[in-house]
Amino acid sequence: MSQMPSTLFDKVWDAHVVRKIEDGPDVFFIDRHFIHEVTSPVAFLGLENRGLSVMFPEHTFATADHNTPTINQHLPVADPLSANQLKALENNSAKYGISHWGLGNPKNGIVHVVGPENGITLPGMTIVCGDSHTSTHGAFGAIAFGIGTSEVEMVLSSQCIMQPKPLKMRINVNGSLGKAVTPKDVTLYIISKLTTSGATGYFVEYAGDVFEKMSMEGRMTVCNMSIEMGARGGMIAPDETTFAYINGRELAPKGAAWDKALAYWKTLSTDAGAKFDVEFNFDASDIEPMITYGTNPGMGMGISKSIPKGIDLKGGTATYEKSLAYMGFEEKEQMIGKKVDFVFIGSCTNGRIEDFRAFASIIKGRKKAEHVTAWVVPGSHIVEAQIKEEGILDILTEAGFLLRQPGCSACLAMNDDKVPAGKYAVSTSNRNFEGRQGPGSRTMLASPLVAAAAAVTGYVTDPRELM
Amino acid sequence: MAYDKFTTLTSSAVPLPIENVDTDQIIPARFLKATKREAFGDNLFRDWRYNSDDSPKKDFVLNNPIYAGKILVGGNNFGSGSSREHAAWAIYDYGFRCVVSSFFADIFKNNAINMGILPVQVSPEFLIQIFSAIELDPNTKIEVSLPNQMITIQATGASESFEMNGYKKNNLINGFDDIDYLQAMKSEISAFAAERAV
Repeated sequence: MSQMPSTLFDKVWDAHVVRKIEDGPDVFFIDRHFIHEVTSPVAFLGLENRGLSVMFPEHTFATADHNTPTINQHLPVADPLSANQLKALENNSAKYGISHWGLGNPKNGIVHVVGPENGITLPGMTIVCGDSHTSTHGAFGAIAFGIGTSEVEMVLSSQCIMQPKPLKMRINVNGSLGKAVTPKDVTLYIISKLTTSGATGYFVEYAGDVFEKMSMEGRMTVCNMSIEMGARGGMIAPDETTFAYINGRELAPKGAAWDKALAYWKTLSTDAGAKFDVEFNFDASDIEPMITYGTNPGMGMGISKSIPKGIDLKGGTATYEKSLAYMGFEEKEQMIGKKVDFVFIGSCTNGRIEDFRAFASIIKGRKKAEHVTAWVVPGSHIVEAQIKEEGILDILTEAGFLLRQPGCSACLAMNDDKVPAGKYAVSTSNRNFEGRQGPGSRTMLASPLVAAAAAVTGYVTDPRELM
Repeated sequence: MAYDKFTTLTSSAVPLPIENVDTDQIIPARFLKATKREAFGDNLFRDWRYNSDDSPKKDFVLNNPIYAGKILVGGNNFGSGSSREHAAWAIYDYGFRCVVSSFFADIFKNNAINMGILPVQVSPEFLIQIFSAIELDPNTKIEVSLPNQMITIQATGASESFEMNGYKKNNLINGFDDIDYLQAMKSEISAFAAERAV
């Protein structure tokens, strides 16, 4: 090994290169592979057509999440196409000896929630899944990113994919976060500065005292959204917070294996003087609770501000005007006071226990606004159990909210949790694309605190006024 | 997924001058429920292409008979968002073999190549030239040569080179895919895995 200072990303990437192809990608070894019902069936079909098998079934983990109902999960799934996909995942997992946490399994939940909470996700690993929010797992100092179905087939059949090494970006956020400013606001702020394609071609390391002080769940929220600025993934160096989170989780290393792993994990940080291709610095005190006003996650703003003028932004005004027209908003308008029809708290971005604690902190002692339909969807059964144990369910019930069962739900609206055309939703999920939450739906992305404030007032409201 | 070989394609093109076309627009999530790779082209750009009663939206380019061809020309940052390969399948199944833009999202670009669709990244200036040429004559032919890594507007003779790494280029020209390559190095992978033993 050379003595050149190295980045966290380089250390993990270089340890997983099986072969370098000249004028081509690296053959890249994958430690952990998550699969779900939507992007895996065609990969298994591909294996069958080629007569191939799964090389390391013990490194692949299956969970059903994208296409599952969030009520009455004990009943047969009503939509025959959804039921068929769930059955295919179950059958394929059984056939190849892959562990499968299907509907009804106590470990079932959103893939990016259950991986970390069961100790499957560990520092220094390479982790992929046929889902772009696989970047979530980077919170542990892993290289984690989303792949397509052809690549799922590659991982199943050879535990490798072909990847050109991305460029390196570091984003430093230092200082103190203000009142009601959550990890979701930090990431929406960064994306609003970099735009929806500003990190395409890069792998991001998040650094600075804001991330050092952040909980693991907050770090997952930030890394989760890396893809929304085009980055393949984002990562944060593992530290005592990381080790404390992992220690004792069911599938995490134990005993001597833990000691050995821990010694390795402690080497996983960027050396002083290591070079990045590009670096950004932000001041935590500039960030306020955020909300999006347009149709990509880069179109976000501080909740007390006004919608910017298209002419002041980079990029074409035609696309900007199309986006505002879709939302039914106009330049220079305030977001505060806009009527909200739906509120969704959940998803791989904000579906963990800390998110529900934050939501409950605002709704406690208040009532859901009558005209608001709210979907409160835990990220997993483990989160659901925590909500009950901590008394959050009582707060929800008292305020007129119904707790649903785990799944991706209204984040992508593959199941019945769809926002109707023209209606406005404040959502803690990750994408506000046209029709993302149902054909014609209009999404405003925000934190659990902003979602809670909207749910009890029925309008876009600054959560600081309710705290 | 094995695919067609790609060498040189000469075709008229369909213009979609919209920025940040995300994969939820290319194919909405509610059409991802199949367990086979069939008929995704029917739902390509579903919500831009059809009204809620399934009648075609007259002003959308795919519903305008004067535009046709195997090349789709999109605005900047094409294919952002979800990793769904179904987006590439829908584009392929509809009949496109090449997508041109001034910038592509990473995962979409990989998925397209893995399907045998050639993503051609051109300069913003050249992209405007292509849109102008199509506006002037919807039948104008665009030539995309992978061996020469060159895209040409035949009517004006304007051309520009594009990037493609040697490995992927060889794959596309010969119809090879990554799975064949990886299968051929299984023993090397086994040895690597044994050494890591995470």
